[in-house]
Amino acid sequence: MVTIKGLYKKFGKQQVLSGLDLSISEGGIFAILGPNGSGKTTLIKSVLGMVIPDKGEISVLGKNIKKNSEYRHKIDYLPQIANFPSNLKVKELIKMIKDLRKPTHEDERLIELFKLTPFLDKKLGTLSGGTKQKVNLVLTFMFDSPIVILDEPTSGLDPISMLRLKDLIQAEKEKGKTILITSHIMSFVEEVSDEIVFILEGKIYFKGTISELKTKTDQPDFEHAIASILTENHA
Amino acid sequence: MLKILKYSFYDLMRSRWSYVYFAFYLLLGIVLLFLNNDLSKAVITLMNVIIILVPLIGTIFGVMYYYNNKEFTELLLAQPLKRSSIFLGQYLGVAISLSMSLILGLGLPFVFYGLFESSAIWDFSLLLITGTFLTLIFTALAFNIALSNENKIKGFGYAILLWLFLGVIYDGIFLMVLIGFEDYPLDKVSLIGTMLNPIDLSRTLILLKLDISALLGYTGAIFKQFFGTNYGLIVSFIALSLWVILPVLRMTITSKKKDF
Repeated sequence: MVTIKGLYKKFGKQQVLSGLDLSISEGGIFAILGPNGSGKTTLIKSVLGMVIPDKGEISVLGKNIKKNSEYRHKIDYLPQIANFPSNLKVKELIKMIKDLRKPTHEDERLIELFKLTPFLDKKLGTLSGGTKQKVNLVLTFMFDSPIVILDEPTSGLDPISMLRLKDLIQAEKEKGKTILITSHIMSFVEEVSDEIVFILEGKIYFKGTISELKTKTDQPDFEHAIASILTENHA
Repeated sequence: MLKILKYSFYDLMRSRWSYVYFAFYLLLGIVLLFLNNDLSKAVITLMNVIIILVPLIGTIFGVMYYYNNKEFTELLLAQPLKRSSIFLGQYLGVAISLSMSLILGLGLPFVFYGLFESSAIWDFSLLLITGTFLTLIFTALAFNIALSNENKIKGFGYAILLWLFLGVIYDGIFLMVLIGFEDYPLDKVSLIGTMLNPIDLSRTLILLKLDISALLGYTGAIFKQFFGTNYGLIVSFIALSLWVILPVLRMTITSKKKDF
């Protein structure tokens, strides 16, 4: 699905990715974890073509993504910070994104799921952070693409919406999609993900299931396993 | 690109600032016409306002729009769209909505005043054309500045400096050069110097069209010889077009290389 070979990226003097190799197979939920500044978002943005790598090769669905924008038809992306033009209404934004990508009716179901109907005629500038995130989720999931990338999907969500999101992610997985998630909430990651990709200093430190991680670090639970990686490497 | 253009245009058409800008020109047009009662004088006063204000608004609006829409632009970048069409669309959206405010705001009072029967229609059209050019130029420059500066404050600072430089400082330097080298023939130098600054170029174009070049003295005569002819007019418009095309080109190239 997604293959990355020898990816390097430097921002100014800071080497963010240093020779990262990763291959993600089809189907399943992959959590990308790592300490702050480890290059999670840079990795995701490189796959999306928003960050242009200094060196290395990325291919999505077997095609090199360099100088190509068509492959993004196959990717749904949820950005970390959702900030929309404040003069647009929710309804209009959804219509606009559909107009830019392709027609779909999936949005009605998602609006229903996240109880957004009363907000459809409100301007985006007046919405609360959590509601904006819900709109963001609708925009992401309505296209039914084979690859879904979620950058901090839980931020600002209330507990009920969080539950709905988990169900939604599971349902998408059932359809055979490949889902990449970054999150700081370990319990969320533990609950939803099939595999963990742990990034440290711009390289993949670990890739495997949670139980493999627990055996490797010799820790009884997931949170401690992650903590032990961090203390070992940053002590 | 047209879809992006359409949406940023709609977005701006709904913003309060477009109306403030429109209302300002409307008011200015009405006040000048109905208090002045002289169309040519009104055009000259308008020129003085437009030459300074249009670049300022273009730069500020361009920079502001870019920074305000940054996160949304990132969302667009993740869609199957080309980078160049995203940025060109946004740029044209801003530039066209600003030009519309200018053309409608000034045009309406003039039409009601009876512009079509007046001989000043060409002067007035030239005023609106140069105003539109200045909007296109300075919005493009603003987008360039914003694209090259992550830091908002820095971006705004450079934008204001650019406006100040081309609007005021450039003239000062130009004048000092002319005085310093007054013993030499300066007609070519002053012609080129005028061409290199879009604000000066617009001002000279309008002044000469208004037939008050006598005010400009000897240089005025040379200018009249050059700009007054069709050849000069064409060269001037080519220069103005270059001022639009080059920044737009740089904008598309920078946007392709940039990390978001």
